[in-house]
Amino acid sequence: MAEFSLPANSRYKDIPGKVHAAPIGATKVKAFRIYRFDPESGEKPRIDTYEVDTGKCGPMVLDALLKIKNEVDSSLTFRRSCREGICGSCAMNIDGTNTLACIKAIDDMAGEVRIFPLPHMPVVKDLVPDLTNFYAQYAAVKPWLQTRTPAPPDQERLQSKEDQEKVDKPSACILCACCSTSCPSYWWNSDRYLGPAALLAAYRWIVDSRDEATGERLDELEDPFRLYRCHTIMNCTEACPKDLNPAKAISEIKRLIAERQY
Amino acid sequence: MSLQSPLGRALGQGSAKSGVHHWWAERVSAAALVPLGLWFAFALAALPDLTYGSVCAFVAVPCHAVLLVLLVATLTYHSRLGLQVVVDDYVHAKGVKLVTTLMLNFIHAILGVAMVLAVVRLSLGYPT
Repeated sequence: MAEFSLPANSRYKDIPGKVHAAPIGATKVKAFRIYRFDPESGEKPRIDTYEVDTGKCGPMVLDALLKIKNEVDSSLTFRRSCREGICGSCAMNIDGTNTLACIKAIDDMAGEVRIFPLPHMPVVKDLVPDLTNFYAQYAAVKPWLQTRTPAPPDQERLQSKEDQEKVDKPSACILCACCSTSCPSYWWNSDRYLGPAALLAAYRWIVDSRDEATGERLDELEDPFRLYRCHTIMNCTEACPKDLNPAKAISEIKRLIAERQY
Repeated sequence: MSLQSPLGRALGQGSAKSGVHHWWAERVSAAALVPLGLWFAFALAALPDLTYGSVCAFVAVPCHAVLLVLLVATLTYHSRLGLQVVVDDYVHAKGVKLVTTLMLNFIHAILGVAMVLAVVRLSLGYPT
């Protein structure tokens, strides 16, 4: 059966978490409840509470995480790089929603802020999920230009403005994995279902007017698991921090495959 | 534990190059069930009463029998397609999945044949 419950060693409610109280004199205190797991300690995961003085902190959740790591607990582990929503490194589950910590404002959330790693992925440490399979699935859709016509010797392959606009949105994907890890179909079948991110990447090349492998791409996707595990739940579109629409791209792929058949 | 590369694992046994038929048939049968279902609901409501005699007389009308056979056949087909999705989603153990899929097909075949036969029998002259 699909794995509906956590593996035996992963229940975080079994172990009480540590509480790091706000510094004396803090004016605007906000509690962050953060998932902690260290595979080398041999312990089960737990939820630690960090009280942060948001009066002396940047506006985003990532600012609070950096403040905690710099000033309170240097063992807190998470990925981050650009801190402006363009690299996709700091994707995590904040208050029940997959998003980027760097563009999620602390003031948008009432009460305690709960931070977990992206759902249903193996956890490397704390907020760092293992994305090996996710990246392999991206590679599996051959996300590069495939042509038979040789490139013009003295210029780029040309594309009309309208054709370029079709790839504008899908090519803005930053591979943060917020969409795929919010998808129940991906949770139950990530070994065979490609997931919204990889399918959006496939779609980006399917609609590219310069690409000449559309047929082969559709052949590779037409599979009960790779593509048709999508049941238009649309969590992907809801989660995307870049306002892209993977659900629509997937239904477009289904439409193109149906079109050439019927 | 396997030392297979992540890409090798993601590519697996390759694309089945099928699935569009299932997807399309699910939608076509759903579309067909809308008029058939509405007709059936209204026809039932329009019956003078629900006694054995009046229901049998209703089925005995050839046009009604044709629509009823279409309804039960489409319903059975649509149900099989839909439950196949549930099995594909949630049942992963190979042996269990094979048995479940076989049972699913057999049960739907039995139900479909039984329902069609019932309509045919009544339409050809019901026992009084």
